[in-house]
Amino acid sequence: MSPTDTLTQPALWPLSAIVFLPALVAAFLSLPIVPKAREEFIRWTTLLTTAVVFVLSLWMAVPALFGATGPAQFRLGDPTMQAVVKLPWIESFGIEYLLGVDGISLPLVVLTTFLSMLAAAASWPISKHVKAYHVLFLLLVTGMLGVFVSLDFMLFYVFWEVMLLPMYFLIGIWGGPRREYAAIKFFLYTLFGSVLMLLAILMLYFTSDLRLLSDEQLVAAHVVSPSLEGVARSTALEAFRTADRPLHTFNILALAQIGQLPNSPFAAAQVWGMSLETWAFLLLLIGFVIKVPVVPVHTWLPDAHVEAPTPISMILAGVLLKLGGYGILRICYPICPGAGLSLAWLVCGLGVVSMVYGAFAALAQKDFKRMVAYSSVSHMGYVMLGLGVWSAVAGQEYRWESWAQGVNGAMFQMLAHGISSAGMFFMVGVLYDRVHHRNLEEFGGIFGRMPVYSGLAIAVFFAGLGLPGLCGFIGEVLVTLSSWNYSRGLAAISAFTVILTAAYILWAIQRVYLGAEYKGPHGDHLTPITPRELAIATPLVFFAILFGVAPQILFNYVTPTVNRQVETLADWTRRVHDAPAVPAVAAVQQETAAQAAR
Amino acid sequence: MNQTMNLGSLITGSLNDTLAVSLPLFRTELCLAATIVLVLLCRMLPVLRRLDAGLVALGGVCFALWFAWNDLRGIPVGGVSSGAATGAMRQELFGGLLVFDSLTAYIRFLLMGFLVLYIPFTKASGIPDHEDGADFYSLVLGATLGMCLMASANHLLMVFMAVEMASVPSYALAGLLKGRKASSEAALKYAVYGAGAAGIMLYGISLLAGLLGTCHLPSMAAELSRVVDAGATSGSVMVLALGGLMVAVGLAFKLSAVPFHFWCPDVFEGAAAEIGGFLSVASKAAAVALLLRICFGLGVSATGHDAAAAIGATLAETHGSGLVATRHFIVALVGLMAAVTCTLGNLAAYGQTNMKRLLAYSTIAHAGYLMMAVAAAVAMVGVDPAGSRDAVSAVAFYLGTYLFMNLGAFAIVAFLRNNLRSEEIESYAGLVRSSPGIVIATGVVLVSLIGLPPLAGFWAKFLVFSSLIQAITAGAERPLMLVLLVVGGINTVISLFYYLRVLKVMTFDPPPADRPSGEFSLVSLPGAIVTALVVPVVVLGIFWSGLYACAQLAGAFAS
Repeated sequence: MSPTDTLTQPALWPLSAIVFLPALVAAFLSLPIVPKAREEFIRWTTLLTTAVVFVLSLWMAVPALFGATGPAQFRLGDPTMQAVVKLPWIESFGIEYLLGVDGISLPLVVLTTFLSMLAAAASWPISKHVKAYHVLFLLLVTGMLGVFVSLDFMLFYVFWEVMLLPMYFLIGIWGGPRREYAAIKFFLYTLFGSVLMLLAILMLYFTSDLRLLSDEQLVAAHVVSPSLEGVARSTALEAFRTADRPLHTFNILALAQIGQLPNSPFAAAQVWGMSLETWAFLLLLIGFVIKVPVVPVHTWLPDAHVEAPTPISMILAGVLLKLGGYGILRICYPICPGAGLSLAWLVCGLGVVSMVYGAFAALAQKDFKRMVAYSSVSHMGYVMLGLGVWSAVAGQEYRWESWAQGVNGAMFQMLAHGISSAGMFFMVGVLYDRVHHRNLEEFGGIFGRMPVYSGLAIAVFFAGLGLPGLCGFIGEVLVTLSSWNYSRGLAAISAFTVILTAAYILWAIQRVYLGAEYKGPHGDHLTPITPRELAIATPLVFFAILFGVAPQILFNYVTPTVNRQVETLADWTRRVHDAPAVPAVAAVQQETAAQAAR
Repeated sequence: MNQTMNLGSLITGSLNDTLAVSLPLFRTELCLAATIVLVLLCRMLPVLRRLDAGLVALGGVCFALWFAWNDLRGIPVGGVSSGAATGAMRQELFGGLLVFDSLTAYIRFLLMGFLVLYIPFTKASGIPDHEDGADFYSLVLGATLGMCLMASANHLLMVFMAVEMASVPSYALAGLLKGRKASSEAALKYAVYGAGAAGIMLYGISLLAGLLGTCHLPSMAAELSRVVDAGATSGSVMVLALGGLMVAVGLAFKLSAVPFHFWCPDVFEGAAAEIGGFLSVASKAAAVALLLRICFGLGVSATGHDAAAAIGATLAETHGSGLVATRHFIVALVGLMAAVTCTLGNLAAYGQTNMKRLLAYSTIAHAGYLMMAVAAAVAMVGVDPAGSRDAVSAVAFYLGTYLFMNLGAFAIVAFLRNNLRSEEIESYAGLVRSSPGIVIATGVVLVSLIGLPPLAGFWAKFLVFSSLIQAITAGAERPLMLVLLVVGGINTVISLFYYLRVLKVMTFDPPPADRPSGEFSLVSLPGAIVTALVVPVVVLGIFWSGLYACAQLAGAFAS
């Protein structure tokens, strides 16, 4: 990379600004020149910052819908990485400041900026240590956005870890009665996962070798910047051809290219009787599913969600859980396709187990917020199933359309759940702020006291339920349909879970909003919804309906990238797995498929 | 050496060696020695008595730092293409007693850098007072001089003398708080333990010397490989192993490695926090350097310019298995000790209520991580030389970041002691209300000690894990390296508990009612010193290329 084009890259500023603006404002707010007592100023600054970041992300994403193009604008229908920023960071390890967005990450970035803005607005009732709260909140936002746009594995890891500490304090200081326990539990679970992830990253790094890639692949992975032309390009490529030592890389795109090579070094290396690919897949998967979370590593989630203050619950459910799904989609499968294929049963199984377990657990809850938390476990199970089905169908006829359906469904489910779960937590928070309890048994009759609020809340809960016409429906249907081709049993279970979901949500609505009159404590505090709360709830409801009736808006962004990734992996399966030695799992799957066909 | 050499030429030769080669490369130590004399003179002459010993010491140390920096800069840096040539130089000093190479230069620079930060810190924290200043600084400088020698020792006798030179002033320093019983007890315990360990080490040295006929490390390696290859009797192998173990006892004592760590928590708790900072940073750096010296000295045939090493090189080519066996022994010993040290340190830290004691166990745990990288470095010697260099670089980098993290931690403890009159973790409760600045600084330091990005401690741990995985990939001592990797990973998670507990107390808990109202502002001399120690932890977390380049230079010593 020549110095002239480092700081003039067109995409450098928008993406970097989206990621680092919150951190810069956090640094500013933490200075002693901002007095602690000026709480309103701090709140407005934070809200304004998140709003600016949201507008910036829209500025990248939205013009595409109207056909506008600019150097930093997203191009619809282009499945490759866009707006890539590439600067050297630590040259001795080849660690780069490499950012970019594609159809998978951009919608999640916009979701994150959107929910951050709403959560900042929802933070008004926080009155304890306002300054520290907002500084930590903004740091958290930087961490989340950084994870979604990082294309360098170490950078990804750094952002991943940057989220932990602010979250620990946000739960631990501003949380409910059992906050300290919840905070350390969250931290421990996630750190355990991240340490495993770090080991996997290092394993992959030291096994990778950029010399195995062709010129086209190196350019496609942004190892050699595509903006280089002519002599500069050939000189850059020449360096890879003449190197006499393995050239390791942390570039996620390049690692994926290496992992999908027919002679992938990840598949060849053996550690303790398993291929390195399998180890890496498992270690990464554990790291990611803790975040998702799936049963049995989900136990941090109900505690963290229940104890966290409302805005943080919104962020936790809306964004943090998506990081796990995103990691599996972006990292696990492309880099370790072989392991993904042979362990598809694991991913799908975990998905279905959490789906069912989460739904039953939600049914059993007495605490409103805990019920919503378990509904997240159940809903994220669909995401896992959708992602897992992807590789699972490979054993049969390589109908990539069917995998693509599952992955698209999972992506949609993540975005829809981001809106509906954040909405549900906010709605619970609105009630809690008034009556200071969350016991489902002691509610009832809220509709009569707060009609506008109840209408919005019921809409959001229906979105979570997956009512047709609302956003929750599309993802669940697509995932269930696609899983039919993998295993009819799992498809049947996931369809059946919808009934459970309906049961716990309808029951909750009945117990909270319907009924004659409110008999619980602090009944006189049930004031109508405030304009601020209305301003947060309305957009959530609006998008829940919009994406329910016009899912095409999201699929416009998601589908090209997902389809291309799935197609590439389908090709990989044909190439590698149609080779004479069919692995046992794939063979068994073929046989079951043949039996099923008969 | 040359048998026909007459006395005259011997004298000329050694004079020439001393004056032309050795002394110029020894100027950092000479500068330290001169400063010690000056500090003591200040005390003797009534005219100079008004002069502050700390300032004199600081001036001298700045010169020493300048020399050390020039020595480090003088190391040849190879181009990227030539790879191996970077920092590959080796110069024996004083007839082979010491050696000057990139590791010497790096550690010496680190130690001088430490002193330049340490002296202002002690001035600001008020220990020592003006009366004790001359004693204190001459002891500190004397111990550091010994540590410089530890980092450059090339001869087992020199090893022993250097260890003693570093230890004896430390015993006195531990007892610096004269009125306090705990301090005297710490000093006594430290001295007794130290004397025991030194005795065992000396015995081990004499065993090795007796069997191998030399104490010069490269010659010992050559001799060792000859003895083992020639089919040594089981008795002599036993004696060799015993000698090695006894030397390891001495080293483990300096490293505070389990099971020779018992002195560490008691001494850290009893002595002033300033002394804890000195022992946990400087002494640790020197001990790790010495560990590298001995492991590589005994396990690798030096490819230097001197005759003895040349013999070693040719011997290694023809009879490599002796050295392989030695290395295997070293890797197993260091690796196992590392795993146990790390785990025990972290587990024991969990129950501590005194901050200094907690940091003592944290120091023990970090010694474990460092030893893991040392084990990886030795394991990869014959298999993957580049990996071996990287592992040594990881150790060097770790020590560099550790300087700021741990000195920062002890500085915070010392300043808080001045404010709160207590070093119990409990007494820090709710500190964030009155002094948020120091709590943020503590947070940065402790989180960096856990090893979370984007702080310097993360990259140190990243490099240690990298070197273990590199060893696994290269197939060097694979089972042990895998075990170490798992142990290291688990320990990182365990360590979260106790570091975070301190932060939890500082932020979550309500402040005690009877707290002295001393607010700690970062806009003060102590605040400035804490900032100066903590800011590098953050900066090195984002821009660590520079320090790593220096560390890579140090790593070249393994080539």
